[in-house]
Amino acid sequence: MIQFVQNLIDALALGSIYALTALGIGLLFGILRLINFAHGDMITIGAYALIVPSADVTARLLIGSWTPAAVIIAISMIVVVAALITDAAVFRPLRTASSPTLMISSFAVSYIIQNGILIFYGARPKAVDFWSGANVQVYIGELRVPLLQLITLVVTLVLMVVLTLFLRRTPYGVQMRAAAEDFRMAQYLGVRANVVIGLAFAISGILAAAVSMLYITQSGSLTHQMGVPLALFAFVAVVVGGMGNLTGAVVGGFTLGLIVTMLQAYLPSDLRAFRDAFAFVVVILVLLIRPAGLLPARTTIERV
Amino acid sequence: MRAFMIRYQTPVLLIFILAVIVAISDIGGLDSLQVALTEMLIRVLVVVGLYVFIGNSGVISFGQTGFMCIGAYAVGWATAEPGFKQVMLQGLPDILAQNQWPFPVAMAGAIVLPAIVAFLFGLAILRLNGIAASIATFAFLIIVNSVYSNWDSVTAGVSSLVGIPTVVGPWVAFGFAAAGIIVAYLFQVSRYGLMLRATREDDVAAKACGIHSVRMRLVAFVLSAALVGAGGGLYAQFLGILTVDTFYLSLSFITIAMLVVGGMGSLTGAVSGVILVTVIVQLLRYGEHGVMFGSTQLKMPESSSELGLGVLLALILVFRPNGLSGGKELTLLGSSKGGPRETVSAAAGPTLQSDSNAVASETTS
Repeated sequence: MIQFVQNLIDALALGSIYALTALGIGLLFGILRLINFAHGDMITIGAYALIVPSADVTARLLIGSWTPAAVIIAISMIVVVAALITDAAVFRPLRTASSPTLMISSFAVSYIIQNGILIFYGARPKAVDFWSGANVQVYIGELRVPLLQLITLVVTLVLMVVLTLFLRRTPYGVQMRAAAEDFRMAQYLGVRANVVIGLAFAISGILAAAVSMLYITQSGSLTHQMGVPLALFAFVAVVVGGMGNLTGAVVGGFTLGLIVTMLQAYLPSDLRAFRDAFAFVVVILVLLIRPAGLLPARTTIERV
Repeated sequence: MRAFMIRYQTPVLLIFILAVIVAISDIGGLDSLQVALTEMLIRVLVVVGLYVFIGNSGVISFGQTGFMCIGAYAVGWATAEPGFKQVMLQGLPDILAQNQWPFPVAMAGAIVLPAIVAFLFGLAILRLNGIAASIATFAFLIIVNSVYSNWDSVTAGVSSLVGIPTVVGPWVAFGFAAAGIIVAYLFQVSRYGLMLRATREDDVAAKACGIHSVRMRLVAFVLSAALVGAGGGLYAQFLGILTVDTFYLSLSFITIAMLVVGGMGSLTGAVSGVILVTVIVQLLRYGEHGVMFGSTQLKMPESSSELGLGVLLALILVFRPNGLSGGKELTLLGSSKGGPRETVSAAAGPTLQSDSNAVASETTS
């Protein structure tokens, strides 16, 4: 029983990173129908912004050595600016483009960022010692709870609540939801499309910055493709949870974390190597049973 | 005869363009060019395979690269050195492990095995729509990658499968690419292809006309898997060595990018996208190796060719969001009765024709 609860805690920890990433991807998908593969690279940018730009193997902290509040503000601003640049340079000219074109252009953006980082920072992974004080274990009875996972979980829930309040209670939030519901109609009613979309990119940037700081504290290493698997899993989480619905994105993230962790714990040892195969079989089964996701949003149901 | 020529001008023109490219480089005789050319022709087959499903159904599939993997390993099992197979791949049945099968048998395997897998998998997932279907195909890609990387007794796991005879050169690859273009075109103008295209335009209206959209998609999915699988089989016999991670996300993205850059709505788009992206990559590679200008060598920094490819892809999409071909087919003779039959419309005739002529001059220049 203790073991099961322990697994559950690990699942929550993994799931909260996925959920936080899925929030950023889900937000943009809801408004733009953009499958933003470059979101993972926003996370990478946030992580690389912590260190001194150089191709050396050992990374020296630059922004990362400031006080936590300053780090959070600086990294968030850098990632927000990067996200706004991608919007202005690539996605704004493509407002009326089809969804596959948008997706491939986000892939092109992702490719540009990864190879740009490769040129300036070199290809070898770098070890980083960032906020490693948070990597301690807290014992609750017999349960082992890593402090960092607790922080991640709290940050995820807080950001989700703040974002939901923003979307429901503020004028900009209402405009954003209106744009997500029916973009052209919202424009007719005076919603300034580019402001709303820029704001959505900025928020997704803040979310990506949060992920990059939490993730780098946990993993302690930098590679130019570190954001890619996170974005892919989060993207799957968004679809499994229910598209165009932020609660769905979070639920999807936790579901994915749960599936992966439980398979790792309970698959027989000779099948454990095939964990990802089993995990994605489960994903397909979930989609077959609930094609619109676990918590379908009203707006994604197609009307005739 | 003229009606026949008009109806089939697009595949004939596309094959002719490819033949000219192969013939010129054959006379030029550069070895490095031959390698790049063979790879390009294999990719034409693969992207045309992608087009058969993605272009006609409108559903993005990330999973076709998985079929390429299945096709490539089918060839590996059939043609690798028996000595290697008996030591490294002990899970193979004797009929594969003790023999080295000839090219046609191996290619048949590379076509049939992916088609069977596609049929079974497609039966399960093709009733999903839009993005959910895309995610399911993405899940399929990860499943194939995970199974093939870890099923050590049959695939040699993360180490590579070696000793496949490298019998594929430009002309063999050209033959298969041409066959792929013909098959894709015949499908596109067949009643199944037209019905599938109707579901792409408006699923509900197509259903109301009595079109069974899941069945149409399944036909295209299996055909697509067979073509892509053949591409994988050729790739195996081009490289002579197989690793599972060759057939994963980056290949999946680059092939889909080729299709979208060319224009995913037409066969011309599929072929021109491959040619364009290959040319860009080659030019950038030359730039990275350095160009001599008098006595000074101009050289771009390392991995800048990837950066350049990303920038160019983004630029092409920004300026031509519907791809190079804009969803039209390459024609010379006008499109009175031939070509995609849905464009037959008296009012739209002249404008369409001038448009497609513009495309024709653009893609050939």
